[in-house]
Amino acid sequence: MTDYQVARRPNTLFRNLNSKIASIPMIVTAMVVFLGGTVWTVFYSFTNSKLLPRTTFVGFDQYERLWASERWIVSIQNLAIFGVFALIFSFVIGFVLAAFMDQKIRLENVFRTIFLYPFALSFIVTGLVWQWLLNPDFGVQHVVRSLGWVGFTFNPLYTQSIVIYGILIAALWQGTGLVMVLMLAGLRGIDEDIWKASRVDGIPMVKTYLLIIIPMMRPVFITTLVIVASGIVKVYDLVVAQTSGGPGIASEVPAKYVYDYMFQAQNLGQGFAASTMMLITISIIIIPWAYLEFGGKKRG
Amino acid sequence: MADQATLNTAGAASAASSGSRSGPSGKRPRPIFSTRNIVLYGTLTLAAIYYLIPLYVMVVTSLKTMPEIRMGNIFSPPVEITFEPWVKAWAQACTGLNCDGLSRGFYNSVRITVPSVIISILIASINGYALANWRFKGMETFFTVLVVGAFIPYQVMIYPIVIVLRELGIYGTLSGLIIVHTIFGMPILTLLFRNYFASLPEELFKAARVDGAGFWNIYFRIMLPMSLPIFVVAMIIQITGIWNDFLFGVVFTRPEYYPMTVQLNNIVNSVQGVKEYNVNMAATILTGLVPLIVYFVSGKLFVRGIAAGAVKG
Repeated sequence: MTDYQVARRPNTLFRNLNSKIASIPMIVTAMVVFLGGTVWTVFYSFTNSKLLPRTTFVGFDQYERLWASERWIVSIQNLAIFGVFALIFSFVIGFVLAAFMDQKIRLENVFRTIFLYPFALSFIVTGLVWQWLLNPDFGVQHVVRSLGWVGFTFNPLYTQSIVIYGILIAALWQGTGLVMVLMLAGLRGIDEDIWKASRVDGIPMVKTYLLIIIPMMRPVFITTLVIVASGIVKVYDLVVAQTSGGPGIASEVPAKYVYDYMFQAQNLGQGFAASTMMLITISIIIIPWAYLEFGGKKRG
Repeated sequence: MADQATLNTAGAASAASSGSRSGPSGKRPRPIFSTRNIVLYGTLTLAAIYYLIPLYVMVVTSLKTMPEIRMGNIFSPPVEITFEPWVKAWAQACTGLNCDGLSRGFYNSVRITVPSVIISILIASINGYALANWRFKGMETFFTVLVVGAFIPYQVMIYPIVIVLRELGIYGTLSGLIIVHTIFGMPILTLLFRNYFASLPEELFKAARVDGAGFWNIYFRIMLPMSLPIFVVAMIIQITGIWNDFLFGVVFTRPEYYPMTVQLNNIVNSVQGVKEYNVNMAATILTGLVPLIVYFVSGKLFVRGIAAGAVKG
C-alpha cells in the first residue's frame, strides 16, 4: 500500500494504479453498457431481426413500418399530450406550492412531507390507487352521482378519447411534489436582499415573482425541466398498472411499445427501432443541456 | 429612510391585498386571520387534502368487507373493520396458478434490494472517491459518459444486457437483476459521492498521504467513517428506487423471482375471478409500505437525496 512514495516509474500506465482498478466498474458501465449497448441497439434497428438478433440489413424498413403502425402513432400522440400537460401543470402547481411554502409558514415540514410522499411510492402503486379512485362503478363518478347529480360523467379510464388525462392525473399526483421541492430549494437560494430591494421599490409580490425571481431561477428551471422531461419519455409502469394501454390501444406509450415488441411479440427489429426513436427524443432534450452544462463553460 | 421603506411596504401590501411578505427583520405582529393567512393556509391545506385522499381511500377500502364496498361510498369510513383482506393479500392472493399471496414477492424484493443496495453503494462510493481524490487522465470523460448515460431510456440498453446475462448464464436469476440494479444505480450514486468527497477538506487527504496511507487505507480509515450521512442518503435513494422498480424486475427475472411490484400488478390486474377491491388495496398498501416507512423515517435526508439528483455534474 505504501509503495506510492517510491513509485517513480516511467510507465504512466501503472501510475495511480489503484485508482484505475477501482474505476473499472465505472468505466465498464459507461463505455460497455451505456455507450456500447446504445450503439448495439441502434445498429440492430437497421436489421430484420425477429425472434433473435440477425445482421441482415434492411435499411430504414423497420422505421417505415414503425411510422406506418397505428399503435405507434397513438403512442407518440399520447406521449406528446401527456408530456406537454404534465410539464405545464407540474411546473405551475409545483412553483405555486413552493412559493407558498416559502412564506415562512408554520408546519412547513408537515406540508412538505404530505406533498412529497407520493414520490416515494412505486408507479405501480400510484397507478393502482388511481385506477380504483377513477373506477366508474365505485369511484369519484359513483360518489358524485349518489350525491344526487345523476347525470355526472367522469370516467376517463374507460373512455378512449380522454384516457390519457386519467393517467395524467395520477402522474401529477405522484410527481408534483418533486418539482415543488426542487423549486423550493431554488427559492431558498435567492438572496434576501432582492426581496428587500423590491419591497423598497414597492413592487407587488406577484410581479416580483414573475419579473425578478423566476428569471433568476433559470438554472433551477432548466435542471427541473431536464429531470421531469426525461422521466416523461420513460413513462411505462404507470400505464401498465393503470390501464395496460387500454381501452383498446388508446393509452399506449412508446416505452410500452418497445417492451411489447421486444419481449412479447418477438419482433426485435421493431423494438429496436422504437427504442432508437425514444433515444432521439431524449437527445433533443439532453444534448443542448449537456452542452450548456459540460461544454459551454470550462471555468470549473 | 427606514420609515420611508416601511411606509412603501405597507402601501404595496394593501394594494396587493394578499401580498405583504414578512422580511428578514419582520417583527411587525400581524393578525392571525389576515386575508393573506387565510389564502396561504387555505390553499396549502386544500392541496394537502388532495394529496392525502388516495392514501386515505386505500386504507379505508382495505379495511372494508366486499358487500360494504359494493353498497357504499369509497370515501366513507368502514362500518365494521376487518383485517381479512390484509391476511388474504399477504398469504392467499393468486397470480396465475400460484396462490401464496404477496409474501413471495416481498421476500424476493428483500433478496433483490439488500444485496443491490450494498453492492451498488460500495462500488459507487469507491468510484466517487477515486474521482474526487485520485484523478487520472481520461477519467472525467468516463464520468461524463456515465452521467449523460443516466438519461438514456432503459429500453435502449435492455436487450444487449439480456444477451450478456444469457451468455453468462444468469439471465432470469436474482444475481442478474442485482447486477442490473448496480449498473443503473451507478450514475446518480457516483455523482453523489464524488461531490461529497470533493467537498471534504483537501488537507485531510494530503495529511494522510504524507503519513504514508495509500488508496484503500485512506478510503476505509478516513473517508468511510467521515461520510456516514451521505451513505444514509445513498441508501435512501437505492432502497426506494430498487423496491419500486418494475421494468427490470419483469424483464430480468423469471416468474418465481418476480419482485413485489410485479406480483402486485399481476394480482390486481389479473382478469380471472371476481375482483376483490379490498384485497387489492391491502396488497397495494403492503407494497408501498417499505418505501413509505423509509420516507417518513428519513425526513429531510430523503429531500437531500432528491436534491442530489439535481446537483450539477
